[in-house]
Amino acid sequence: MPGKLKAKIVAGRHLPVMDRASDLTDAFVEVKFGNTTFKTDVCPKSLNPQWNSEWFKFEVDDEDLQDEPLQITVLDHDTYSANDAIGKVYIDIDPLLSCEAATVISGWFPIYDTIHGIRGEINVLVKVDLFNDLNRFRQSSCGVKFFCTTSIPKCYRVVMVHGFVEELVVNEDPEYQWIDRIRTPRASNEARQRLISLMSGELQRKIGLKVLEMGGNAVLGYLQCFDLEGESGLVVRAIGTACTLDKLSSLPTAVLPACNSPSREMKESPLAQAPSHGCRSSHNSPVHSAAAASARLSQGFSVSVPTLIFTGMRLHRHRSLGETGREHTAQTVLPGRQCRPPFSEDPNPNIHSSGPSTPLKNQTYSFSPSKSYSRQSSSSDTDLSLTPKTAAGAASWRVGPRVSLCPSFPALSSEPLSIPNTFYLPLRPRAGHGSATPPPPPPPVSAQSNSTMLRKSVSFSEDLLLAAFGMGSGGSAGKDGGPLKTLLRQQTQSALEQREFPFFTLTCFPPGFLIHVGGVVSARSVKLLDRIHNPDEPETRDAWWEEIRQEIKSHAKALGCHAVVGYSESTSICEEVCILSASGTAAILNPKFMQEGCLDSYSEHRLEDPAPPSCGFCHIPYDELNMPFPAHLTYCYNCRRQKVPDVLFTTIDLPVEATVMGKGSLIQARLCRLKKKAQGEVNATAISNLLPFMEYELHTQLMNKLKLRSMNALFGLRVQISVGENMLVGLASATGVYLMALPAPGGIQIAGKTPSDITYEQHISNMQKKINDTISKNKDLYEVHPQEIIEEVIGSPIPESRQRSRLFRSHSESSDEVSELDLSHGKKDAFVLEIDDTDAVEDIHSLLTDAPMPSGFYSCNTEIMPGIYNWTSSLQMFTSVRVFRLNNVNLTNQGLNKIFNDLCENLLKSLYFKLRSMVPCCLCHLNFAVAVPEEELIQVAVTAVAMTFDKEQAQENFKANMEKAIMKVISENEEQLQFPLELCTETPAPQPFSPSKGTGHQDGGGIHTSARATSVDYSSFADRCSTWIELIKLKAQAIRRGSIKTTASQEKGSPLPEGRSRSLRCMRPFPSSTVSVVKMTPLSFLPGTRIIKYLGIINMFFIRETTSLREEGGVSGFLHCFIAEVFAMVRAHVAALGGNAVVSYSMKECVFMENPNKNQAQCLINVSGDAVIFVRESEAEATAAAPQTSSMQNLSGAAEANA
Amino acid sequence: MSVELDVFVGNTTIMDEEVYQFWLDGYTVNDAVKVRMEGGVLEEYEASTDVLLSDTMDQFRTFQMCERLLHTPAKLANQLLFQIPPHRQTMLIERYYAFDNAFVREVLGKKLSKGTKKDLDDISAKTGITLKSCRRQFDNFKRVFKVVEELKGPLVENIQQHFLLSDKLARDYAAIVFFANNRFETGKRKLQFLSFQDFAFCAGQLISNWTVGAVDNMVEDMDVDLDKEFLQDLKDLKILINDKDLLDQHKSLVCTALRGKTKVFNEMEANFKTLSRALVNIAAKLTNTKDVRDLFIDLVEKFIEPCRSDRWTSADVRLFLTYYTNSARTLDTFRHQVTWDRYMDVIKSCILKMYHD
Repeated sequence: MPGKLKAKIVAGRHLPVMDRASDLTDAFVEVKFGNTTFKTDVCPKSLNPQWNSEWFKFEVDDEDLQDEPLQITVLDHDTYSANDAIGKVYIDIDPLLSCEAATVISGWFPIYDTIHGIRGEINVLVKVDLFNDLNRFRQSSCGVKFFCTTSIPKCYRVVMVHGFVEELVVNEDPEYQWIDRIRTPRASNEARQRLISLMSGELQRKIGLKVLEMGGNAVLGYLQCFDLEGESGLVVRAIGTACTLDKLSSLPTAVLPACNSPSREMKESPLAQAPSHGCRSSHNSPVHSAAAASARLSQGFSVSVPTLIFTGMRLHRHRSLGETGREHTAQTVLPGRQCRPPFSEDPNPNIHSSGPSTPLKNQTYSFSPSKSYSRQSSSSDTDLSLTPKTAAGAASWRVGPRVSLCPSFPALSSEPLSIPNTFYLPLRPRAGHGSATPPPPPPPVSAQSNSTMLRKSVSFSEDLLLAAFGMGSGGSAGKDGGPLKTLLRQQTQSALEQREFPFFTLTCFPPGFLIHVGGVVSARSVKLLDRIHNPDEPETRDAWWEEIRQEIKSHAKALGCHAVVGYSESTSICEEVCILSASGTAAILNPKFMQEGCLDSYSEHRLEDPAPPSCGFCHIPYDELNMPFPAHLTYCYNCRRQKVPDVLFTTIDLPVEATVMGKGSLIQARLCRLKKKAQGEVNATAISNLLPFMEYELHTQLMNKLKLRSMNALFGLRVQISVGENMLVGLASATGVYLMALPAPGGIQIAGKTPSDITYEQHISNMQKKINDTISKNKDLYEVHPQEIIEEVIGSPIPESRQRSRLFRSHSESSDEVSELDLSHGKKDAFVLEIDDTDAVEDIHSLLTDAPMPSGFYSCNTEIMPGIYNWTSSLQMFTSVRVFRLNNVNLTNQGLNKIFNDLCENLLKSLYFKLRSMVPCCLCHLNFAVAVPEEELIQVAVTAVAMTFDKEQAQENFKANMEKAIMKVISENEEQLQFPLELCTETPAPQPFSPSKGTGHQDGGGIHTSARATSVDYSSFADRCSTWIELIKLKAQAIRRGSIKTTASQEKGSPLPEGRSRSLRCMRPFPSSTVSVVKMTPLSFLPGTRIIKYLGIINMFFIRETTSLREEGGVSGFLHCFIAEVFAMVRAHVAALGGNAVVSYSMKECVFMENPNKNQAQCLINVSGDAVIFVRESEAEATAAAPQTSSMQNLSGAAEANA
Repeated sequence: MSVELDVFVGNTTIMDEEVYQFWLDGYTVNDAVKVRMEGGVLEEYEASTDVLLSDTMDQFRTFQMCERLLHTPAKLANQLLFQIPPHRQTMLIERYYAFDNAFVREVLGKKLSKGTKKDLDDISAKTGITLKSCRRQFDNFKRVFKVVEELKGPLVENIQQHFLLSDKLARDYAAIVFFANNRFETGKRKLQFLSFQDFAFCAGQLISNWTVGAVDNMVEDMDVDLDKEFLQDLKDLKILINDKDLLDQHKSLVCTALRGKTKVFNEMEANFKTLSRALVNIAAKLTNTKDVRDLFIDLVEKFIEPCRSDRWTSADVRLFLTYYTNSARTLDTFRHQVTWDRYMDVIKSCILKMYHD
């Protein structure tokens, strides 16, 4: 329904000269929305026109408001000929549709022309009057908030996480329409920009509708992508995580310390860290270790060896054994898997007697929580005797819908096994070769053998899956878990099982959300593109993704996990071939966040429900006897109670509660593979055949480099495989860390071929020496001194918490019978690399010796760098793009690899050099994107942020934090009373939530918020606190003082923090200059600041073209200018919304094409992020000199971290 | 294989002052890389030549893109394309408008026209400043000239306001504009010993005392053109040399005052009439545009050189000029004190500034 959009054109400046004769311009403006157009008067002969127009009013549907951008065109009036367009501004008015975000858009926008770039600026005012839409059948979803941020946005708390939302829309690409032959490049570009803008508006609206249906009010981790499929069309697709968010009205600033950066909290004030630290150490307290024991049911944790498990058709049968209505669910899970080619069973089938257990397990799912205690405990799935697999991977060769022409050839458009093999193969060398069995084959050979193995293991199949499923779910729970835990498990399960895809695009979670992490799961599928005949029915594309997601889901199940976190999807397109990829991290989640009412009904248990230990997420979620892949398990080095894998790979950020030693490091695996040029199906087949080897290679490289740094876990793993006409390029990036809970990695040992001469031996030993040197150098560099060393180095820069937890561990070792266990695998075993010819030696050597980082630099691709806590506020976001031309036609794979490796290394070196003035600094969120735009070109684009930190202060703050923790909380409570009135004024209006679920929950939101500021509700405070055992006394104190301000009632029992508002007093710190500074960062936070308001999502798509490439400085000049223009436009839009920063910024797409012969080039860029207002912390606060006033937020934030 | 495209764009534009200077000095990328390598950036950072090349190219490109904005520095603060902190903006502008003394000395007083621009390669060859840098400096002069030429108000302030330059640099530009407008001759061999700063000082004196703006500050071209009425009035000073009595009276007053105070008294006494005639004649001829142009050469030839050949120290010159100016006021029949002071104050400070080797 209805909304009234109003726009006013104020003035222009710096316009280009359009009339050569007078060196001036007669400018006027057209304002267009939908089909309505208004014009301003002509402002004659001025390069700085003042129009000061009336308000142009558009009366439109809110559906249109969501879909359409406001289009402003600046033209030069010409009496005799047609008016010349100077340029355009598209304004997305979506941020105005949510009552909490911006209320007005006002500011200077760059006037953009796709041929000339930015040509002056225009000052515009835009407002929207929106009437509430009560129509149940509406098509709009105004008011649903979108966030690119993949964590819980600061100044909000999550009432509930609803889960995965996805949508895609397709259309014909205007660039490929017949009419394109006769129109100008400008017209084509503009048609395309406009279409994509419309499509993303529509997409967002549709996703919003889904969110409303689920009862949510926001989408976190919104990831929107374009697939430029060329002739076959244009696809815009998006995924995200639907949530119900609640604004922390009282305190926009205190945030879930949870979500993201411990470092941020710490940095903000030294005190901030305290509570979370306290929390950590409290896990070591007896109470918690008891808790840990009860948590054992949740079974450990897994290596990152996702498996490629194939769920066969028989799944139905198995499932149907389940007594209750589970069958139903099973089926809903299955659609989309039909097109599986028949595969021979493994000759050596996985023996798995899942018969009885399966039904049991399934059963539990369907139970409502209250019923299930006894059953659970009786289901002893642990008895399942799955023979440990020798070969874990299973290839799922699937014939895609398009390629199914020859079903007899299963490789067509097959989806080669996903990561499983690669993930788990790297382990194999240790398991197999390490124990000195057959001599290792050279890389290619091993890949080959790998593939055969994979084929065999296809049988892995449903039995195992079910077993794994059982394990993950309730099976083992019965063994050692308390009923409560089981219950939780069930709830989660049922909550998650109801969903088609229990996926979460978030990468950062509140503490306690992640119970266990299983490892990375990923799936790829090669498809042949087909013309999209009916844009309204994008079934084909939908089905493709559906397949992939099912695949992911089944992988997760095989890992004993019921959910996938850190989930993302991507494509790589070359001509008519498209690789679809999806990946995520299999995990078991805490149901608290998933189910409404759950918290209330179990609040009485919360005291006994311990926060999971800091090492909890490392524990394997699957049964150690039925591991889905071979892995070395040991008892957790932190709690000594649960099993952990020796290596953990994940796609998420490092959880806040994780205990890490030393610093982290960016780890990259790079790979090129040549491929014969081919067409159509042959091409698709060739690509599918290459994919598994590439994944294998990449993961071997990752593993080697991880070992070389003495680290044992990867976070933020992102594997990209891009396809070109004659090659495939693979790039895997991740941040390596040393997790205290996992065993120390062994060294790397090089073994030569067995019969060898002396010089060769010599060579090998040299190599070995080099590697050992590198390892020890790296240990110093990253401050990773595992085990023995740590106790000796008293004054080491390792934060005290670590030492403590370490100490605690040794206590438990001595006192616990667990210490009897064999711990021999961990550090003693070396990782063996086998080499059988000199080429391979060189190869390994070059791979293993990445150029060292210059001193003062660290790098990671996650949000925060473990081990760095005291960020200063200076930061520099940048984008760097390089295109490399391979002139050498006869390249071998190895030569190509070297070139690509050098390209990446040199790029990094350049970055370090560029940013040398910021030392000591860390490059965070280093995000590489590779593409193969043309036959001999490799393009690498990097977006990252360099943040400086203070070397000296880190530790002291850290210590000070925890010491002062409790006292702070008290002073915080006192503080709260000081601002009640201010709080009231900031109360947001009720949000237009859909009451569809009838919870009354959201409905109450607005009302309660207004009451929130003044009412005192002890009980809710009690609820909040009760989860944190260590804060009980605090509660008592606080109540005695009677000074507690409360949270609204809907917050009752919520584990999430509530804000306090101090920053309300702060005004926007804008300098008085006409251009306000807008910071940009790919991270979700800005160190030294607090985000107090989210203004809406920024999602912009630009095309730039030139027909005078040389004159614009060649390709580099052209792209340099374009990227700068894109930044400028993003900044301008943010500033116009009243913001002063963009967080979670990313460049999704950068497609560059050139034709130097014609002196032409074209580039498309898509960027996105969240516009926010932040306030800088005052110096006083930062130093925390005055504890009374300073530490309030930190405190509250920190306190909540414990929840 | 080769790097086809290589760009780096920061949200805050990254600029290295050293590289900026290379760019301003008109170095090619390769030359700049060579110099930087010798400068030792490499060792510090273990960077390879490629890294340095890439960094240098990138920055040169950035500067090139900024150049358009630097032409109208006020735009730099308002533009949206580059996010540059204010202190950096100031640095960029100040350095862009900075010039080489050697270069400015060559073009000072010349017409800022296409013709002069064509001679830039000669100047480049002569001064060793790259042609590119010469062009930038010349274009800067011309641009500032064009903008302030038609503006009302004080010259220095106008320059400062439109080009956001520091006070010192704005004054230098005022001098350049003033010299260019009046086409003062500065290139003769006899004037070679004078530096740009000497002329800039003189220009400052002329601007603040002899221009239209010195009396009325809301006139167009007020600071660029000399006050015609004043120049006309200067003819009246001729009485000082044409009237024998006045001349003798003037001489005796000066000589009485200076006796015993200077070692060159005898020379002074002997040359008094010549020197006085010279100064007054210069004043009387200033109505003539041609003679205005020769003001400095006349001062050197007619006054500075004779004094120098008699080995006056600059203290001697100061002494002489002070008493010479003051005693004229006390002459009974001399009625043009105001004009005399306006003339002599400037001439005195100019000569004192110019009186060196």
